[in-house]
Amino acid sequence: MIAFLSYKALLVLIIFTITLAVAAYSTYAERKVAAFLQDRIGPNRAGPFGLLQPLADGAKFFFKEEIIPDVSNKTLFIIGPSIAMLTALMAGVVVPWGNTLWIGGKEYLLQIADLNVGILYVFGVVSIGVYGIMIGGWSSNNKFSLLGAIRASAQMISYEIAMGLAIIALILMTGTLSLREISLQQAGGIGSDWNFWNIVYQPVGFLIFIICAFAECNRTPFDLPECETELVGGYHTEYSSMKLGLYLFSEYINMFISAAVMSTLYFGGFNFPFMNDIGLSSNWITVIGTAVFFGKIVFFIFFFMWIRWTIPRFRYDQLMNLGWRIMIPLAIANIALSGLISLFVHR
Amino acid sequence: MLTNRSKVVVKKEMNFWERIYLPAILGGTIITIKHLFKKKATVKFPEVKREISEVWRGQHVLKRDEKGAERCTACGLCAVACPAEAITMTAAERKKGEENLYREEKYASVYEINMLRCIFCGLCEEACPKEAIFLTDRLVTTDYGRKGFIYGKDKLVEAVDKRIDVTKRQTPEVLEFKKHKLLSHNR
Ligand code: SF4
Ligand code: SF4
Repeated sequence: MIAFLSYKALLVLIIFTITLAVAAYSTYAERKVAAFLQDRIGPNRAGPFGLLQPLADGAKFFFKEEIIPDVSNKTLFIIGPSIAMLTALMAGVVVPWGNTLWIGGKEYLLQIADLNVGILYVFGVVSIGVYGIMIGGWSSNNKFSLLGAIRASAQMISYEIAMGLAIIALILMTGTLSLREISLQQAGGIGSDWNFWNIVYQPVGFLIFIICAFAECNRTPFDLPECETELVGGYHTEYSSMKLGLYLFSEYINMFISAAVMSTLYFGGFNFPFMNDIGLSSNWITVIGTAVFFGKIVFFIFFFMWIRWTIPRFRYDQLMNLGWRIMIPLAIANIALSGLISLFVHR
Repeated sequence: MLTNRSKVVVKKEMNFWERIYLPAILGGTIITIKHLFKKKATVKFPEVKREISEVWRGQHVLKRDEKGAERCTACGLCAVACPAEAITMTAAERKKGEENLYREEKYASVYEINMLRCIFCGLCEEACPKEAIFLTDRLVTTDYGRKGFIYGKDKLVEAVDKRIDVTKRQTPEVLEFKKHKLLSHNR
């Protein structure tokens, strides 16, 4: 029992560190990708290739003056970013970062908790995240913050529906809510046993999911809650110092987690093609699988940034139109179609 | 029409593929990803200096003649020509024994250019009848206050032992051009 608990605690610590590191370096990657897509070079002064830039930014956030507006609700003002950060970090618990390792005859699962309602847990936690934004915007007592917060919550709530419906179609197919089992079902892939990733069976569902993921993470083209041109900084207009840092950081963590969930649900998670044919021991397969999983995550994070510098921002009514009048009907049609197909064609 | 790239705008209904936007978005992503591999336009400034033209219009210099006397005679034509009204000066009379300092009997005891007003158009240079003021390829450096941008004679007049080469801005063509007062902007 003690061994089990300490193993889990270690895993939590490792994943916590990795999450923070990935989020920190996402800020760096964001600036580098932005620069490269615009024919610039980007940060290159702090350390070689500017690699120490995130550390410098972090240190700067800590040393900045902390301003809490007089008219704000101070308790809520502090709770806001805390919730945003907390929920962002919590979602990583159910993600299967890898298969099992066998060390000394003991089985070590590379996942903190294999909940049988894994996806529901992710959804639950993510939807609490909107409170962080709402509370932050409300407690600032500033009309720009409030407008940003209202936009954010309306946007997140409406896109969550379409996202949930897209997932239902997937669950109809997989028959389980556990992220680990969904990963395992996609094992093998191309190779001796033809077993495709879920993207092949659920292309429309994936499309809906990724569009909603953009909206959930407040990324361009759905970054209306914080669009600088209209709302100063949106819900975090009044925030400064590390509280602002937490908000920005939680956005990157959300991006990381949604990339992880997307890879798990639709792109085979820790599985990779020919994994059963190369004849390595299962431990090695697990290690390679985890690396491949992170590769997929990195690709999706890059994709998030790539889209950011490709598509301009939506207008608010266009955003709502897309969410309610296109995504949701499309998702429902997708469910119906998947249901029919799985009824007639037994996998 | 000059570039042959103008397009006639047609306001027609979008067809199905245009309306779902995805092909257009895909096209956009391909355009942006191409830029990832393009040559970067950034100049890493302190290490690499941007290449500038030989006739770059940068910080001014007040020239001395061959014997080291200041050429400027404080005629004020540069100040009149200056569209930004950046130049001010005070004239003074040359005393006995100062012939080696000033070429003409009248000289500028104070000559100031406000670099924050100057637009580096080069009209002062063109107006000068004494070939006294030139723009050079030097950059005006930054400063913390506005005062520092008012350059007096200490910064503008070239040192006797460190002459500044302006021959590039004094080619025969330029000199010829200057003779045509009709072409000149300050007729
Ligand atoms: S370069 Fe143009 S703006 Fe500057 S001082 Fe000369 S005439 Fe004035
Ligand atoms: S610089 Fe030339 S134009 Fe200006 S006052 Fe001196 S002589 Fe006259």
